[in-house]
Amino acid sequence: MKRIYLDHASSMPIDPRVFEFAKPYLTKEFGNPSSLYSVGLEAKQAIEEARGKIANLINAENGKSIIFTSGATETNNLAIRGTALRNIRDGKEVVASAIEHISVLNPMKELQKNGFTFNIVPVDSNGMVDLDKLDNLLTKNTTVTSIMYANNEIGTIEPISEISKIVHEKGRYLHVDATAAAGRVPIDVQDEGIDLLTLSSNDMYGPRGAGALYVKPGIKIQSILPGGGQERGLRSGTENMFAITGMGEATQIAKKEMKEESTRLKKIRDKLIDEILKIDDAYLTGHPAKRLPHHASFRFSHIEGESILLNMDMYNIQVATGSACSHKTLEPSHVLLAIGLKHEEAHGSMVITLGRSNKMEQLSMIVKAVKDTVQRLRNLSPLAKEKER
Amino acid sequence: MNPKNVGVIENPDGYGKVGNPICGDVMELFIRVKDDIIADIKFKTFGCGSAIATSSMITELAKGKTVDDALKITRKDVADELDGLPPQKMHCSNLAADALSEAIKDYKSKKKKK
Repeated sequence: MKRIYLDHASSMPIDPRVFEFAKPYLTKEFGNPSSLYSVGLEAKQAIEEARGKIANLINAENGKSIIFTSGATETNNLAIRGTALRNIRDGKEVVASAIEHISVLNPMKELQKNGFTFNIVPVDSNGMVDLDKLDNLLTKNTTVTSIMYANNEIGTIEPISEISKIVHEKGRYLHVDATAAAGRVPIDVQDEGIDLLTLSSNDMYGPRGAGALYVKPGIKIQSILPGGGQERGLRSGTENMFAITGMGEATQIAKKEMKEESTRLKKIRDKLIDEILKIDDAYLTGHPAKRLPHHASFRFSHIEGESILLNMDMYNIQVATGSACSHKTLEPSHVLLAIGLKHEEAHGSMVITLGRSNKMEQLSMIVKAVKDTVQRLRNLSPLAKEKER
Repeated sequence: MNPKNVGVIENPDGYGKVGNPICGDVMELFIRVKDDIIADIKFKTFGCGSAIATSSMITELAKGKTVDDALKITRKDVADELDGLPPQKMHCSNLAADALSEAIKDYKSKKKKK
């Protein structure tokens, strides 16, 4: 059976055009951008070009507002800890939504251990941030509020422009984790009122090992990785030239092809949702309309997600799950619990994120595999009702 | 993933059910006993890959054994037979061993009553 990969939120292959573009930086273009001789200056020039391409994707004021890191996790850490600690005189309160990525929630918990107040904004059953509760939680001491652009597990897109208005009435800085959304839907940091934005290279068919933080000009943050002072002193360490130049190129391609590709994937995605919801006791998770165009997430009653994942893999189809059993902690996904699912409901989740390798022709194969898998596991399950078996 | 002995036995000589859906594991086990030997054994499991694998494995290990020998099957035996389990999945093999001993207990108590 030919592989049908449906877990693009987890990992993506590097775009061959990106690989060709960035390859010389592994070999003959080996200069260190900090060196003052020509080889170094050429490397510096390449980094600045990458910065410009990334600024262009999100309509940032200029390339200087982009800081390169090692990936989304480091970027979220820099955005949250770097901003909260640098602006500690303005207050010691931070806020995040209940469905943020763990690389946002854990740095905030870390701040909480060190004397900050950390408040969590709830979401509704579709995963939309509760704007009234957000308003209530913000005070003049709130320095960082972190709300993701779109959620990786349930696909819901948050109303960032509205959130920005609320945040800026009382609090200070809005950080937006756009790891799942960038390259899928258009983002405009100036128009939407975003102060800090997280981007990940691999989530846009770029190489692993690069991420970027947009910092609105005028906002002061501090380094969380002190050293030689690269990236305007905000992120020390010799630059990963291959990953950074590759990320720049991947971003440029995403900007050019996003509209067409997202329209193509949305057609497949919509059909997929229609077909899968025909299965008994199958439900969509996340917002039915305000969701990422390549994202489909479900839960099935009476079966368990890791079993779904393993069974689907026998058809050579790769999906993800938020089931407890698939996590090292054996806790179900905090996102599924936050949208109000019970533990036993959260166990039966399946997440599909489409990408460039997916075609409409694969649809019938995917649907058949999901149907067979659900049927098979329900036959095995002591919880399934007679009509489901 | 190709579990053996999936299903139910109508009017079983012994029945055991352990786990709960909140934790994500429920296992039901049915045994048919002839002359104190486990002649047939079936299971139904709600749970992850490890839970299903351990359920299947314990039915294979118990089939044909006397009930007393079957009671001696430990969670370690199940895990070893599967060439090991990740540490966070060891509780799955516990579940399988518990379900079997529940079913055998049920069989023994029914037998006493007769």
